[in-house]
Amino acid sequence: MADLFEALAAPARQAILDVLCERDGQTLFEICSRLAMSHNLTLTRQAISQHLEVLESVGLLSTRREGRYKFHYLDTTPLEAIVERWLSRNKKKKEK
Amino acid sequence: MKIIITSVFVDDQEKALKFYTELLGFQKKYDIPMGHHRWLTVVSSHDPAGVELLLEPDEHPAAKPFKNALLEDGIPATMFGVDDVQSEYERLSGLGVCFTQPPAVMGPVITAVFDDTCGNLIQIVQANQPS
Repeated sequence: MADLFEALAAPARQAILDVLCERDGQTLFEICSRLAMSHNLTLTRQAISQHLEVLESVGLLSTRREGRYKFHYLDTTPLEAIVERWLSRNKKKKEK
Repeated sequence: MKIIITSVFVDDQEKALKFYTELLGFQKKYDIPMGHHRWLTVVSSHDPAGVELLLEPDEHPAAKPFKNALLEDGIPATMFGVDDVQSEYERLSGLGVCFTQPPAVMGPVITAVFDDTCGNLIQIVQANQPS
């Protein structure tokens, strides 16, 4: 879980997750465009690629090739571990 | 000095001419035989004296890897201006054109990105004016 929090700690990676919430399944170009035009985040394409790799390594992002393009998808499954560990338990306690 | 021509690398000039004229609505300007290939340009129908687009053969060994790398990352080869991205998106989708990015507001502009079937992605753009 340490890696997950490290992945989430960087503001740029949070913005990438925001961008994928706007629309899932984007090309690298679309992610870069949205970050620059709508989130005022002008990172180099290489820097964004590296952030995407970090997100992919902790399972928050998956890529799929369709034809000659590569699309990036958000995967919130790892976040459920956070809910399970603290939120759900806390909620159960309160209910008792 | 002024810009009079720009180009896209196409894998088949005849196919490209059909796509760029019949689907996108440009008109042919010059079609001059050049050995195996043609000097083939198109212009906007409403601005025939404007900037030409050269449909250039992509036979140079460096062209295809370059194009494929751009395709994979979804990067357009060039950009065309339209009055209404949404209506062009609907019109072209209806004609079977494949979009990698449906219309999206990108700050001051609205954009969409489609495949020209000749190995390129093309971005269409309109100003996002508050109504």
